[in-house]
Amino acid sequence: MDRHEYSALELREGIARRDFTAREVCETVFTRIRAWDPKFKIFLASDEQGAYSAATEVDRKLAAGESAGPLAGLPLALKDNLCTSGFPTTCASRILEGWRPPYNATVVERVKAAGAVLVGKVNMDEFAMGSSCENSAFFPTRNPWNPDCVAGGSSGGSAAAVAADLVPLALGSDTGGSIRQPASFCGVVGLKPTYGRVSRFGLVAFASSLDQIGPLARNVEDAALLLSVIAGHDQRDATSTDLPVPDYLLRLKEGVKGLKIGLPREFISAGIHPEIKTALDTAQKVFADAGVELIEVALPHAEYCLAAYYLVATAEASSNLARYDGVQYGQRVSGDNLLEMYAATRATGFGAEVKRRIMLGTYALSAGYYEAYYKKALQVRTLIQRDFEQAMTKCDLILTPTSPTTAFSLGEKTKDPLTMYLSDVFTTSANLAGLPGVSIPGGFSSEGLPIGLQLIGKAYDEETLLRTAYAFQSRTDWHTRRPAMEEAK
Amino acid sequence: MDKNYEIVIGLEVHVELATDSKIFCHCPTLFGAPPNTQVCPVCLGLPGSLPVLNRQALVLAMRAALALESTLAEHTKFDRKNYFYPDLPKAYQISQFDQPLALGGSVEIAAPAGPKRIAITRVHMEEDAGKLIHQGAGGRLGTAGSSLVDYNRTGVPLIEIVSEPDLRSADEAYAYLIALKEILQHTGISDCNMEEGSLRCDANISVRLRGEQVLGTKAELKNMNSFKHIRSAIEYEARRQIRVLIEGGQVVQESRLWDEEKDMSYPMRSKEEAHDYRYFPEPDLPVITITAEVREAIRQSLPELPQARRQRFRQKYALNEYNAGVLISSRELADFFESMVDCQAPAQAACNWLTVELLGKLNAEGRRITQSPVSPEHLAELVRMIELGKISGKIGKKVFAEMFQSGRAPEDIVAKQGLSQISDPGVMRKMVDEVLAAHPGPTAEYRNGKTQTLGFLVGRVMQASGGQANPKLVNQILKERLG
Repeated sequence: MDRHEYSALELREGIARRDFTAREVCETVFTRIRAWDPKFKIFLASDEQGAYSAATEVDRKLAAGESAGPLAGLPLALKDNLCTSGFPTTCASRILEGWRPPYNATVVERVKAAGAVLVGKVNMDEFAMGSSCENSAFFPTRNPWNPDCVAGGSSGGSAAAVAADLVPLALGSDTGGSIRQPASFCGVVGLKPTYGRVSRFGLVAFASSLDQIGPLARNVEDAALLLSVIAGHDQRDATSTDLPVPDYLLRLKEGVKGLKIGLPREFISAGIHPEIKTALDTAQKVFADAGVELIEVALPHAEYCLAAYYLVATAEASSNLARYDGVQYGQRVSGDNLLEMYAATRATGFGAEVKRRIMLGTYALSAGYYEAYYKKALQVRTLIQRDFEQAMTKCDLILTPTSPTTAFSLGEKTKDPLTMYLSDVFTTSANLAGLPGVSIPGGFSSEGLPIGLQLIGKAYDEETLLRTAYAFQSRTDWHTRRPAMEEAK
Repeated sequence: MDKNYEIVIGLEVHVELATDSKIFCHCPTLFGAPPNTQVCPVCLGLPGSLPVLNRQALVLAMRAALALESTLAEHTKFDRKNYFYPDLPKAYQISQFDQPLALGGSVEIAAPAGPKRIAITRVHMEEDAGKLIHQGAGGRLGTAGSSLVDYNRTGVPLIEIVSEPDLRSADEAYAYLIALKEILQHTGISDCNMEEGSLRCDANISVRLRGEQVLGTKAELKNMNSFKHIRSAIEYEARRQIRVLIEGGQVVQESRLWDEEKDMSYPMRSKEEAHDYRYFPEPDLPVITITAEVREAIRQSLPELPQARRQRFRQKYALNEYNAGVLISSRELADFFESMVDCQAPAQAACNWLTVELLGKLNAEGRRITQSPVSPEHLAELVRMIELGKISGKIGKKVFAEMFQSGRAPEDIVAKQGLSQISDPGVMRKMVDEVLAAHPGPTAEYRNGKTQTLGFLVGRVMQASGGQANPKLVNQILKERLG
């Protein structure tokens, strides 16, 4: 096995045993990036200098017998909406081009302190708005399984970086499925933690009541390892919860006998690609063999998830993105007066999808429409939360496909935003309810594209969620398949 | 002003809370720091930053609500008020909309016609915006060559106190502000320093014919930055509206800016006021639950309110309304007074020395009572020395001047300069005999029944003693010697 195929835990062991150094791991990563990034367009900015100096520090500590942290020497890619001190953070938007935050996001601080080697910032849909990475202001990221297909989004860069074996670990953010859907499209593991589990401080906000940062990795163990490092209360985020964080690796392999998995009939019935339906059926057998009881549950308001999500998310986004006005930082386009400066800056700086959502959200919050749209969406959100509470009294987890389709072709859905929004039909419910969800590799289509399965757990019970995902992974080999990438011509 | 019309005023008062740091970050709130030196990613609204509520700000806001007899909400939340302006770095202000901190309440004011209760509508918390500095000709956004932003004020904690339209004149509005200021200062909620912008006020003003029940169309008057201007601004606006009505016109509902240099208001451009603020719940801050325990603890921690203290001063210390009012006008002054009384200074004398002598000198130098070089203990000692006859009132003033200069204790000054009053009858008799011998004329006149010359002789004895003779004793001994 080549070193780039090592999982994070394998790399960690190798570095700890001094089979190879963190610097050597770093060299492998940048060799891979140089070879493959021109083809898949994953990185917005790589940081060789920073990475090598972090790796060297890990090697020095280990040589000196010091502890170097649970992520010592492990290469990690960051979605470009996570603030990195002194290093460009663009959210894949022209409006933030050239901006260097004066501070690190809390998660960035935590992974650095744990010894991770940050190799750079990866592509995304502009301000995390999108399901294909095609809304990046710079370039779309391509799917390592088929470069003519999208990587998914919005954390497409994070998923592709892991799938292409450029890095074993990446951080993404998930507002309506932005970690899970690209993980599913790229055949990797992607976890959205419970709302409040991971600090959002330093995550450039899209929709504050839905956003959560989470890990992407090639397998469940690696995702568990990274979650253990980033989870936990942060005084700088008033919505982060002060609950103890378990070591998610500790009980990962304890099995799932006796657990109950609910299948929401509303999600299973319609609109799923037959091959995905087959994968879901197969998965049920796998879980049954592992000793899980499968039951049908009801989520009566599931059909309103997408509508509620796109109202809440756009409303919050319209406010969160108002600060990009050209006054203080980022790009400014001059005008004859203040209003023209605002208009020109925002008209030039934002892409079409971001503008569309700002307008939708502004409309939903406007006098005369607030009651009918935003307020109604909040009420629906409460009903959806109750649906899950009800369902979860009968089961421990819920199983659905992650996405109704596999990765689609580049350009296939850009003309029709509504079809694009439908990609999020299974994932938005977890954000609205604040519950943890994970996408795991669950099969392949006849075209050789990965199929993802989603498990949704109880609030703050990422432990059971990961244990169940691991039980599935240990009985299947989907996660071990690698894309047959061909060199760019 | 036309007596047929009645003025109706409601005030929205913004008060800066006396916290050490800003409402959602750790930046200091000191006034007058160089531009943009009290800022961080949070109050600059940088991408990715998040607000965290300052506990001290919440406590002070709750105190204010209780001091105004307002009812604290069990659950209160923050909302975003969205609008674009360069002094607002997030393009929204974190404020409170439909679940404010407290509802109801009232304040008793000293209206020209006697005490009157003004109802409070609500009290809510919010963050302040920054400050624009316009450069070049024009001096306003839009006409200036360029504008700079100072974000030091951004995120300074404020409460907004909204009154019901219960005020009926500029004088009542003024009295309301004074009452509010006294309460907020006494409870340590704010220093209410208008010059530093820690108390600002917008007024909703309308006029109607006397006896009319329906409110007239109101105009909102903004930017009144001193107590003095509030009075003239309200009077100007009321006169303007009455004139419009008398001339058969209609008052337009609008926001108007007060220009204190020109002594007039003008309408804000409609673009500046045509706002749909699109309020919605602030998702970055959890709902605050105020338990009964917290509420009662805050209530217990409230000091005596100015109205009650004024009453107590009048009864316990037998001060008149005017003197009690002067002392209550600031908590520090009232505390200074009570410290003096605690040091056994008689109340009336303590009040006189404090409000006439000490305040006179401080005011002349533009200093506040908190900057007094004379401590309450020392001033009380001086008053006691005079009361006990150790020094005369005249010498007292001399000693006081020295105390103000040096900050030294009065006993110290008296001892060092030998200023103690001469009350030894033996010494005094000798002095009196010398004066009588030196002035045989007046002495003879007195003995012949022209008693008015006594004053002259007393003056001579006092002069001979360098002002240190006890005047009572001088009188007594003179009469005894002349008799």
